[in-house]
Amino acid sequence: MKIVVCIKQVPRRDDLLRINADKTWVDEASLSFEANESDTYALEEALRLKEKHGGEVVVATLGAADASKTIKEALAKGADRAIHMCDAPLVGLDAVATARSLAAAIGPESPDLIFTGLQSDDLGYGQTGVLLAEMLGLPHASIVIALETSEDGATVRAKRELENGWFQWVSMKTPALLTIQSGINKPRYASLKGIMGAKKKPVDMKTASDLGLGADALTSREAIGTLYIPVREKQTEMLEGDADTVAAALVSRLRDNGII
Amino acid sequence: MANGVLIYAEIRGGELTNATWESIAAGQALAAALGTTAKAVMIGNGLADHAAKVATKDLAEVLTIEHEKLAMYTPDGFAAAMVEAIRDADPEWVVFSHSYQVRDFAPRVAARLDRALIGDVIKLKVENGQVTLVRQIFQGKINADVTCRTDAPRMISFQSGAYRTDAAKDGSASVRSIATEVGSVDIRWTAEERFKEVKGAIDLSAAPRIVSVGRGIKSDENLGLVRDLAEALDAEVAASRPICDNGWLPMDRQIGSSGQTVTPQLYVAVGISGAIQHVVGMKNSGTIVAINKDKEAPIFDLADFGVVGDLFEVVPAIIKKLKE
Ligand SMILES: Cc1cc2nc3c(=O)[nH]c(=O)nc-3n(C[C@H](O)[C@H](O)[C@H](O)COP(=O)(O)OP(=O)(O)OC[C@H]3O[C@@H](n4cnc5c(N)ncnc54)[C@H](O)[C@@H]3O)c2cc1C
Repeated sequence: MKIVVCIKQVPRRDDLLRINADKTWVDEASLSFEANESDTYALEEALRLKEKHGGEVVVATLGAADASKTIKEALAKGADRAIHMCDAPLVGLDAVATARSLAAAIGPESPDLIFTGLQSDDLGYGQTGVLLAEMLGLPHASIVIALETSEDGATVRAKRELENGWFQWVSMKTPALLTIQSGINKPRYASLKGIMGAKKKPVDMKTASDLGLGADALTSREAIGTLYIPVREKQTEMLEGDADTVAAALVSRLRDNGII
Repeated sequence: MANGVLIYAEIRGGELTNATWESIAAGQALAAALGTTAKAVMIGNGLADHAAKVATKDLAEVLTIEHEKLAMYTPDGFAAAMVEAIRDADPEWVVFSHSYQVRDFAPRVAARLDRALIGDVIKLKVENGQVTLVRQIFQGKINADVTCRTDAPRMISFQSGAYRTDAAKDGSASVRSIATEVGSVDIRWTAEERFKEVKGAIDLSAAPRIVSVGRGIKSDENLGLVRDLAEALDAEVAASRPICDNGWLPMDRQIGSSGQTVTPQLYVAVGISGAIQHVVGMKNSGTIVAINKDKEAPIFDLADFGVVGDLFEVVPAIIKKLKE
């Protein structure tokens, strides 16, 4: 079974975000980066299927040169090789143009399964996987929280998360694309042996022209203008001081208002 | 010439969703700002009753696409039908709610029409006919003004709560069924019935007080701190998603769009950032207390009382004070 996993590198969730001077993006110089959370679950699911069915796990990443760190980590965890699309026209695109680029790279691989995380923690489009399925002519299931594969790998049965605690199982033939929800498994850590081995695994660097992507395909249909910190609408009473002071203030507010 | 706004009215589990009324309010507001009118479209089978309800709103028309292949939701069937609706209505804008169903099929519609779907929008600004949409990025920590660069149809999905359900204006619309070719569409899914996980599930919806813990707790070994706080407040313990993903607390303690919706008198969010998927499950709580070390955390936008500080110092102090 050949599985492609799309992995995006995003700013670390605990890093302090600062908007850049021209208010078009965050100041990346002060940030550290990691794999998008749901993508790590997607990778783990792919590695488990490889352990069950044999085959190959290929990582596909769109992102600047320093995304190689996240790619290395995926290879260290057990992915076999990677495709890294990192030249300038392929970075910072909207969901449609990103999916188009991924489709150009992944299509020729003819994988049995494609996994993406369900949504990125930075731009949060939540569309790339479904767009990619459409562009490659594949069926898909989104927000997948459990997965079963038939012995021969010809069909998958996926448990989808619906709103308010509802779920649904859906089945489809492979090749197919699944967008993976966090919590589907417990992602592994890379072993020391894996980290050593990752150095020798192939990373195929692709440019827009390698992929035959012209200006139109790479034009974002959605334009991000100004970024700003949201203005608080609610009158929140902020309690300040050392721990004992705020604790006393909070407990007396709750008592005074008859809440406790 | 493309004209007007087309609103998707969603049926889930045989019922019109609450978010549908929010979408209608959003679509009406957009149409008013552009000096045009809005229509709604519904997809399914046996839609007459639902269509009659939607037709009580101020809409130019309610379109229905019905077929036995649409009786149960599938992305193949619904994407095909939605494309037909858009061809029929030829709208300038298409408005969805950012529901899990829409997330599942609307990107396919966007790809087929080679258009953008501007997703999870919280606000609409229209100036001289120019539409700017506000999206949250970085899980609600930053807002971005976004514009659509393409010709019609331009598509938007609105975040839950962006518009109030009761803001949908009343009126009276006619209902028109449009012809569909869905019969010839290859539906590549076999869908089973929807279900809820019932085994031993705990119902937090009636809890008067809830202490909810997020990733700020760092490790399951620290959960005792939150349990102690809950005990001192006579509260139930709940959590954000990462805590349940890690198996530190069972899934049925998860609050949010995929978990439970609660409205306790007191909700104490400990080390929770306040991502929208969490917030939809608790925003209608009576009094909200947030304890977070990041003063910009979106949860403070919701809180009645906010404490910026390290939970490992603040929570023990609160417990001590409660016991005095
Ligand atoms: C389709 C979908 C469905 C989802 N469903 C849900 C759902 O039902 N419920 C849900 O909760 N989420 C859900 N999520 C996930 C959601 O988007 C967020 O990722 C999640 O809510 C974040 O949880 P958190 O706030 O605990 O973690 P984080 O966002 O990582 O926040 C941790 C917070 O802890 C603070 N902190 C850290 N250390 C300390 C300290 N020592 N003292 C004080 N504060 C500290 C940090 O400042 C930060 O604000 C869903 C996502 C998607 C895409």
